[in-house]
Order: sequence, then C-alpha cells, then structure tokens
Amino acid sequence: MTGQIKFISGGMLTSIQDLGRYGYQKYGMPVSGAMDTYSLQLANYLVGNKRDEACFEITYLGPEIEFHSDTTIAISGAIMQSTINGKPVPMSASIPVSNGEILVMGAVKKGMRAYLSIAGGIMVPEVMESKSTYLRAKVGGFQGRKIETGDLIEIGKCSPIPIKEIPSPLLFIYPGIQTIRVIKGTEFDRFETDAWNTFLNSEYTVSNQNDRMGYRLSGTAIKHKNGADIISSGIVNGSIQVPGHGEPIIMMADHQTVGGYTKIANVVSVDLPIMGQMKAGDKIKFKEITLVEAQDLIKKQEENLVKLFNL
Amino acid sequence: MTNYNIKIIPSGDSAMLVRFGNEITEKINTRVHDLHFMLDELKVKGIIEMVPAYTDLLILYDPLKVSYDGLNQIINEEIKKPGKQGTIKQRIIEIPVCYDEEFGSDLAEVSEHTGLSKDEIIRIHSNSKYLVYMLGFTPGFSYLGGMDERIACPRKKIPRQNIPAGSVGIADKQTGIYPIESPGGWQLIGRTPLNLFNPEREEVFLCQAGDQLQFIPIEKVEFESIKIAQNK
Repeated sequence: MTGQIKFISGGMLTSIQDLGRYGYQKYGMPVSGAMDTYSLQLANYLVGNKRDEACFEITYLGPEIEFHSDTTIAISGAIMQSTINGKPVPMSASIPVSNGEILVMGAVKKGMRAYLSIAGGIMVPEVMESKSTYLRAKVGGFQGRKIETGDLIEIGKCSPIPIKEIPSPLLFIYPGIQTIRVIKGTEFDRFETDAWNTFLNSEYTVSNQNDRMGYRLSGTAIKHKNGADIISSGIVNGSIQVPGHGEPIIMMADHQTVGGYTKIANVVSVDLPIMGQMKAGDKIKFKEITLVEAQDLIKKQEENLVKLFNL
Repeated sequence: MTNYNIKIIPSGDSAMLVRFGNEITEKINTRVHDLHFMLDELKVKGIIEMVPAYTDLLILYDPLKVSYDGLNQIINEEIKKPGKQGTIKQRIIEIPVCYDEEFGSDLAEVSEHTGLSKDEIIRIHSNSKYLVYMLGFTPGFSYLGGMDERIACPRKKIPRQNIPAGSVGIADKQTGIYPIESPGGWQLIGRTPLNLFNPEREEVFLCQAGDQLQFIPIEKVEFESIKIAQNK
C-alpha cells in the first residue's frame, strides 16, 4: 500500500529531482536533476531506495511536512536544523516516522540544498524517463512545478528497513574556501595568454545571480583574444562560460542545452555536487587537473558508492 | 568525408566535442548530422547521448564504460568513411500555419520594414524549405536555416512578456516557432496549431535536427479543427 504526505508549507524552493533526464538534449531539453547528485544518492541509500530514485530537493529554507502513513526518511546534503514533533533529528541517518508526525525543516546552516528521501520513493509519473522537475518548461516532478502549501503527494510502499548511517569518510564536508577542480575548456585558445593564470590564481565569489541554471561568479575578469561569442554549441554540466564582461558563469543542472559563449574550463564531475551546495558570498578557487585524473576521481567515487549500496 | 578541419576536444570529463568547422553552412551542418546518425547506428557502448549543433557534435559518454581514447578512435574511423550526405532519410515536416492577423500581429510591421505586401510575405515565407540546424533555447525550439532575406526584419524593440506556443516569428534573417509559451522579441507573423513539444505524447518532439520544415498556409477554420483533432 502506498502512503501520502502533506506539505503544510512548501519551503523556499522544494522540487522533485532524481539523477536527471538524459537522452533529450538533442531536442533542447535540459537534463535537470539534483544539483548535488552525490547527496541524493546517500539519502536514497539510507532508506533502502535505488540510487536513482527521486528525492525532494530542498533549497535554503525547508518545508513542513505531515506524514499520513508510517515510513522511513533521511535527509542529506546541506545541514538544516530539522525536527519531528519538536524533537531534533539527525542528518545523514535513517529516521523512522509514524503516521501523523510532522517534520519541520528550518533554515540552512551549511550548504544550500538538502535532499529528503522517502522509503519506497515518490510516486509521481516519469516524464521522458525521469521524475526530475524542469521548472521553466513545467515538466516532470509534481505537476511540473515547485512544491506548494497544501500539496498532497503519494509516497511508495515502505517495507521495514534497518537503520543506517553513512560511514564518515563518505560524508560531505564544507570548508570555508572551496577548491573546485577543473580541466581546460573547449574554447581555451580563445582567451589571452595570461587568462589561464588569472583564472587559476584569483579568488571568485558566488554572486546573487545563482540558481539551478547556473552560478555567476564575481572576481577578476578574464580577457578574450577576439570577443566572447561563438557559434552556439552544446554545453555540459560544469561548463564555465565567459561572456564579454569577463566574469565566469558555471552551468548547472537546468542549463540550456546549447550556449553561445566561450568556455574557458569545465568543473570536473566529482566537484559538481560541491558547486550545487554553494550560495551567494561563498568563495571559490580553481585548480587544474588532467582529464585522466578527473576520470580516476569518477571511478573512485563510483567504487565507493557501489560498495556503500552493497553493504 | 575528409577529416580536414575536424577537431576532437574534451568538453569536461564525460563529454567530447567533434568540431567540423567554424561557419554556419548546410554542408558543415550535414556532416554533424551524418556523424550523429552513424554513431547512433553503431550503438557505441558508453555513449549516453549526443547534441548536434551548427558546426559540432557534443557526445556525452560514461568514462567508466568507454575511454576518451577509445571513443576518439571510433570517431576517427567513422569520419573517414564516405559520408551519407543527405542520403540519410531526411524527413520533410509540413507545418500548417495560419497567417491571420489575429496570430500574425506583426505582419504590418514586417510589411512596412520590407516594403512587401502581407500576401507577398506569406508567399515567400511558405515557399522555402527550412533546414533544422539544431534544437535548443527552449525544449523543441528549432534553429532554422534558409529564410529568404527579402523578408528579414529586426526584432521588436520591446520584447513581449508572453508569446503563445506555436507562434511563428521572424528575427533578423531567421524564422522560428515558439514551442512553449515564453517571453520573446520576434516579429510574429502567424501561428501553427501543432504542438511542437508535448510531454504527454509518445513522440514528445515534432522535429529533430536534420529535418526540413515546410510551412503550409491554412485558414482559421482549419487551424481550429487541427487543434481540436490533435488534443483529442
């Protein structure tokens, strides 16, 4: 039997996301999915879900949820002070919840986005093989939109599951200045010769213009040789575009499929979840690594996740 | 195909870009689609999806399933083969368009700018075949090539907040169709009753890169009946 939850309040921006909608970018359909796919997978592990099940992505200020059935939940990613019926609940651990109990998630203390998983998953239809919400085109998730006050959402069947925790080496940490690793971008040769040094040696700050589409950074401008525009071309998560003003913009989950600006670098895959936890005012320094090193990091992370899910 | 001018470069750690040139021409764009279709047919293990654009093909791959060098080698072999150059079954998609004033609210402005009558604009617009170079901007938005420059017209000075889905417009030397309701500054000359993008439909997107579009002028009555039939 499936259950149900009711949002007494929706929070600032809560949406249903999974690992993304792949296969439709050739039609102009963005991938979407969790901004921090790593934490989403940890949350799923804790409640016995498959790695790619959808969770609620909760931005900055959390919702209030009433449970209409017994289930197990987990919260990972950003640290948010959360309570069930007034009692504090742990982060990154399985939490049994009873029918009638109320989860209140407060303001974020560290990071930007928390992931709330529910045992058995969230029962919304898949659109183009994904439950992810793409807000701008009103596709997927719950009626294609963010969660609002009063929404009733079906949740999956919950069979009894053992209480789990995440081994500490696999947990996320939030140091003050983040070092984000990059490899050279596809238009690397369109920048002035000292541009790369400028890019790697400057400290950048996440500006107010940051959302699920991308993060605009402020800091030392990067100079182009002959203008910032290119013939529109496919872009990926983590592409760092530099428009004419010289300040980098990092493409995130909801980025458009094609873009017309030169790209100086690309954030490596394993550091994208860290980017997804950034908020306005956070500082970033970039560090160059090689393609081989970046792919070795993916391999290592994948091995860790596979090991975890086989525990 | 010769591999003159072809560049393969990493685009992050899980994608690569195959670049065929640096100008917008049908010839270069056809090579992008050729490689796209050839790799599609090969069903290369580890390719997640491909995004064709004007001059290049972006290939997203899983580095745990296929290596960069391995994929690079496969691509180099494919681009040496004689291209299919349009022998790939190119679809011609007919797009019925009602050019009534109700939908083509900027026909008068385009007429004033071009010095052509409304009827001439409609005749010229529906007389060409348009190549879908690529899709992007919004889900299902086709970047079309091949518009007759006689009907070129600058964008509106003040963009509209809400342009209904299906609106057909002109912006400079381009023409296009808005697949979803969105803001925009194109000069609107008509509207199609067809849904270019419908997540509920089995074929979610009506057009794909490499298709040719042909606009067919229709009356308001037909517009309504196609609309009703389609939403049944």
